[in-house]
Amino acid sequence: MAAVLPSGGVSATPVAQRRSRTGYFLLLPGMAWLGIFFAIPFITLFVTSLQAPSPDAAGQFVPAFQVSNYAEAFLNYWPQFVRSLVYAGLATIFALLIGYPLAYFIAFRGGKWRGLLLVLVVAPTFASFLLRTYAWQTILSDNSPITQFLNFLHLLPDERILNTGIAVVAGLTYNFLPFMILPLYAALEKIDPRLIEAGSDLYASPVTTFRKVTWPLSLPGVVAGTLLTFIPAMGDYINAQLLGSTGDRMIGNAIQVNFIQFRDYPIASALSFILMAAILVLVFSYIRRAGTEDLV
Amino acid sequence: MKAHSLQIVAALAGTMRSSVSRRRLLQAAGIGGAAMAVTACGTGGDSASSGEAASAEDLSDSAKLVNWSNWPSYLDINDETGERPTLLAFQEQTGISVTYTEDVNDNNEFYAKVRTQLEQGQPIDRDIVVLTDWMAALWISNGYAQKLNKAEIPNEVNLVPKYVDVSFDPGREYSLPWQSGFGGLGYNKAALKSALGVDAITTLDQLFDPALRGKITVLSEMRDTMGCIMAWQGNDPSNFTKEQFEQAIEALAQQVDSGQIRQVTGNDYIGALEKGDVVAVIGWSGDLFALGDNFGFGLPESGGMLWTDNMLIPPLASHKKNAEKLMNYYYDPVVAATVAEYVNYICPVQGAQEAMLDIDPALAESPWIFPNAEILDQSYVFMELTIEQDAEYQRLFQTAIGN
Repeated sequence: MAAVLPSGGVSATPVAQRRSRTGYFLLLPGMAWLGIFFAIPFITLFVTSLQAPSPDAAGQFVPAFQVSNYAEAFLNYWPQFVRSLVYAGLATIFALLIGYPLAYFIAFRGGKWRGLLLVLVVAPTFASFLLRTYAWQTILSDNSPITQFLNFLHLLPDERILNTGIAVVAGLTYNFLPFMILPLYAALEKIDPRLIEAGSDLYASPVTTFRKVTWPLSLPGVVAGTLLTFIPAMGDYINAQLLGSTGDRMIGNAIQVNFIQFRDYPIASALSFILMAAILVLVFSYIRRAGTEDLV
Repeated sequence: MKAHSLQIVAALAGTMRSSVSRRRLLQAAGIGGAAMAVTACGTGGDSASSGEAASAEDLSDSAKLVNWSNWPSYLDINDETGERPTLLAFQEQTGISVTYTEDVNDNNEFYAKVRTQLEQGQPIDRDIVVLTDWMAALWISNGYAQKLNKAEIPNEVNLVPKYVDVSFDPGREYSLPWQSGFGGLGYNKAALKSALGVDAITTLDQLFDPALRGKITVLSEMRDTMGCIMAWQGNDPSNFTKEQFEQAIEALAQQVDSGQIRQVTGNDYIGALEKGDVVAVIGWSGDLFALGDNFGFGLPESGGMLWTDNMLIPPLASHKKNAEKLMNYYYDPVVAATVAEYVNYICPVQGAQEAMLDIDPALAESPWIFPNAEILDQSYVFMELTIEQDAEYQRLFQTAIGN
């Protein structure tokens, strides 16, 4: 540390000390924030997840070390875990398929409209998440043109979209799409157009240029975008509740039901922990595979 | 955050429809509640000792205020100005201003929201809350309701006698009914006509007719849905065994698994009924009547459910006397009739029917606001459950509906 500082003989040491102390001091608000709003709730949640039912009072829980809560939570709700994984995964893929061309267009063809186009991407999020999801009930309603058209082609097994898994995935894709587009845009916008020109100068077809130049350079955006979409989608339950049916419940719904309806706080906490762990494992293995450290 | 957005939705829904009914957006409310519950839950907390609810220094005389938490669209409102005529009149009469908040969207959710404060003996900053029978029972037995000072509520004599001696509060020492309502069969008349060729449905057999597959919903309120099914199976929802409940769960699960039941909702069924996505429901009486003439409601021939929402004064309420004055005011027959005209639920106040003759003679005849013996015979009050039973049955119910 001191070596980096301009050497000033004896007087350098107090300056260095003061500087390093200032650094810690500046960290304080952030650490306090983390401590109060992350560490303490995190520990509380963990302690709660190990509680056991009180022998004296029904509906109460006492501190314990009941690891079996985790097994019970997982055994009862593994289908919801799997479903969350599938729905969130599909939503992420669709968001990427929709978001990439859009971000590409804005970054390379947007010109002076870039700013406006980005605002348009973000604009829907100014309205309440809940309201927008309610709106999808109308968009996908049984009498809506889109449902009727797909029914005309006999493409819908249940002859409806609303209250099926399709609607849930559609809702998730829509709701988290801006979180996909923005990092993609940031990554694509940074690419030097001359690199792409160089590709064509060297007789690469547009497809090859994209594959060898644009795509690799945009990877940090892809990884960030997929994470920002997948993680919240995995824990979401509003879409499943408002757009799904009884067979489309996700893990968020299970956590909600355990907290609110059953008031079974240990199981709900254990579910939250399992979800957190599952997401962490998935995210880390994903980042490893993607081989990018730019985003973390 | 979520709760806030919910209010926006509620407000929006209120402007979109002139007649929104109570309990709508209940589903959404559960959502907001979850977020709150997560922050509120912490640990199991201290055991809720039953006993008297703590009282606080009553500031009623110095602060002419009362804080009232109620369900959405459960009180008369002028759709144009957003003013509540009966509340304004109360303020004029007594000088007490009412902070009226529609933040009870679901019994469990509301309880989850204030539970930590209640358990730790802190005030919840409300002077009146409105809770359904079984939740009111829980609050009273946990000591979360203060004894009413009947000297402040002379109009209590107007309480319809059958409400006086309820099992959870004999003699109504802690609670007074706000409104009652029925859980039964609701339908979109036009859609029903084209799907089944009938003008009304009167049995659950019709509700479960394969022609309506994917076009019906049932309530996420366990007592209403399970009560109707048990009655349909020939059992008594006010007095049943575990086997009978399980038998009803089996029937429900069968309808869920076959895809007959499209969704299990709180108030969300209203929008779906209006759009025609859903043709028939197990729903709430006031909701359906508020929707207008294109929608119908009736109790199943095998019997429907009857519930009551009750006003309670939570512990440490700082305007208890004002709260009691407010209760007294709403037990005035004319005031009660004014509210009933708007909310379309059962009015628990005697004399309101006569008062209704001047307001809207047709409504005075409505058996759904002033039920006759015949309709009451056809309805059940759900059996009172212990905490253990409630937990066990809720679990069976939630599992059957995919949770």
